[in-house]
Amino acid sequence: MIELLSWGRYPHQPQIPHSIYWPEDISRALKMIAISGQGAGLAFGCGRSYGDSCLAESKHVLAMQHMDRVISADWDNGVIFAQAGMTLADLIRIALPRGWFLPVSPGTKFVTLGGAVANDVHGKNHHVNGTFGRHVRQLVMQRSDEGVLQCSPFQRPDLFSATIGGLGLTGIILGVEIQLRPINSSQIDQCSYRFSGLDEFFDLSRLHDASNEYAVAWVDCLASGKQSGRGHYIVGNHAQSGPLEVAKASGLSMPFDPPISLINSASLRIFNALYYHRQQRKKINNTVGYDPFFYPLDRLQHWNRIYGRAGFQQYQCVVPESNGREVVGEIMQQISKSGRGSFLSVLKQCGPLTSPGLMSFPMHGVSLALDFPQRDQVNDRLFKKLDTLVHEAGGRLYPAKDAQMSSTHFKQAYPQWERVEALRDPQLLSQFWKRVTQ
Amino acid sequence: MNQNILIFGATSGIAEALARRYAAEGANLFLVGRNLGKLQTIASDLLARGAMSVQTFVMNANNSDLISAMTVSAWATFGSIDVAVVAHGTLPDQQRAEVDIPYAISELRTNAESVIACLIALAAKFEIQGSGVIAVIGSVAGDRGRASNYLYGAAKAALDTFASGLRVRLFKNGVHVLVVKPGFVATAMTVDLDLPARLTATPETVSLDILRAIIKRKNVLYTPWFWSLIMLIIRWIPMVIFKRMKL
Repeated sequence: MIELLSWGRYPHQPQIPHSIYWPEDISRALKMIAISGQGAGLAFGCGRSYGDSCLAESKHVLAMQHMDRVISADWDNGVIFAQAGMTLADLIRIALPRGWFLPVSPGTKFVTLGGAVANDVHGKNHHVNGTFGRHVRQLVMQRSDEGVLQCSPFQRPDLFSATIGGLGLTGIILGVEIQLRPINSSQIDQCSYRFSGLDEFFDLSRLHDASNEYAVAWVDCLASGKQSGRGHYIVGNHAQSGPLEVAKASGLSMPFDPPISLINSASLRIFNALYYHRQQRKKINNTVGYDPFFYPLDRLQHWNRIYGRAGFQQYQCVVPESNGREVVGEIMQQISKSGRGSFLSVLKQCGPLTSPGLMSFPMHGVSLALDFPQRDQVNDRLFKKLDTLVHEAGGRLYPAKDAQMSSTHFKQAYPQWERVEALRDPQLLSQFWKRVTQ
Repeated sequence: MNQNILIFGATSGIAEALARRYAAEGANLFLVGRNLGKLQTIASDLLARGAMSVQTFVMNANNSDLISAMTVSAWATFGSIDVAVVAHGTLPDQQRAEVDIPYAISELRTNAESVIACLIALAAKFEIQGSGVIAVIGSVAGDRGRASNYLYGAAKAALDTFASGLRVRLFKNGVHVLVVKPGFVATAMTVDLDLPARLTATPETVSLDILRAIIKRKNVLYTPWFWSLIMLIIRWIPMVIFKRMKL
């Protein structure tokens, strides 16, 4: 029997998949889950949510990856309507040769369209294009109480806005229609700046974000003192001309689970120092393929295994623009002091564009994401401190990454949760939702 | 050069995965299946994935009157067919088949009789055409009758034997016949079975093997490859022992 885990593999709650090949399989699977008597089910895509938001109350999930067909495509206008189990990797393979690309790209292409909607994912162009949900034209869903229905900003707008970022709770997403963006080349003109501290990052971001579609920074969270906040700020744009070539799969894979995490504070310090010093010049211009630009981690399949059997947690927060600089500085100091944290923390200035989703994570401000090997007490202590900083600043944590935020913090950060709960499909419930709302 | 591909049972998991590989090469596809809605969805998907053209034909393979009309339509549409894949089938409930005679007969019809009917109709067309490949999906279950699924096994053994004779007959006409014997494959057909994860292949892997076997004109393909070893052992187990085994 194949069992599924979330990407961080913490909490360790193996899920039993019920494969869905066609929409008509759904009611049967939900019936089987109901008969098991262990609670409600949940749709499961690629399992790229890190914590417990993709885990079902019953530990029985509807595996949606085989529902991956294009239903219709208008290549003149770049509108594609596909079943929700299609991955972004597959969508790129289909759309890119025709000169179209994703309007918003998260850090991995191994997520399904349904997952991208349910988590209202964002990417390096948040300051220009906002979240994924802004580009969704229409959804087809199946609810256990209403059957199959369509929703859009104009049709059932209440359900539409509850479903964008709704963590898959408002019904099984069957189909997603999105507006793609045109490209002339599969390549990205990239420019990388080395910076030696957070202030410098914020200056670079203020100077260059507006003139570049994509912008993100990698920060060394372990460096302290003078080197604290050092990193690379990378901006890019789709090249104006060039080939339209789909990237080949790397074939590299982490073949097994090491008994203990290969990531520890010693290996991290070396990694991070090497990464920082890889670029000697202050500024480097070059042209790279879209794959290494958007999805560097996809090159190593199952990279989550390097954290060993205990797994890991990702901590991703966003704090409002007004005091983002100070709060992120304090958070980084706390992490540096703890001596823990990840190879490559990601820092990103989010823009003011709002999402149609009720529970969308990004807000105008600064977002920071780091990975921590799972060690119960150490992580708990650090996260508690960070949570307080984030919430005092009026910021919030990303449910797609979370395995620990408190119910109080969740309800404060996402006051619209009650509207999502009111529209929740009674046969769907995640462990995350149970933890933070009940 | 764009190939012309004809697929029976086009909504089955293995057939759909194989059709995607042909679509990516820019093939023309003629899809035959029972369910119009599913065929249309698969057709639009294959077009998006690069197929030059896709035609659909709704037919229940148990209705042998329609089979000739279908082959006529397929040849009329494309002029010639390079590869025909016969992939339709069901997985009978063995326990039910042990007590419910009409059920057992109807399952045998679907998995043996209707497949053979398709092969007869295809052979007539390919014989005149004088080129091409007929690939038929059998099963490792057809290699030896086991208590757990011998009705299914018997049907697959029948088409295996039939295809073997057909291969000899069509050889002199330049037409090749491939029998594909998949092991456990995770598809809609096997969704209710508790398959061992390590021995279970995806339709994507199996379809790549089939594509290569068609190009290489293999006679019999075990997919994934290790099933040839497993079945070699199973075939060689002496009957005294085999009778006492739970397989």
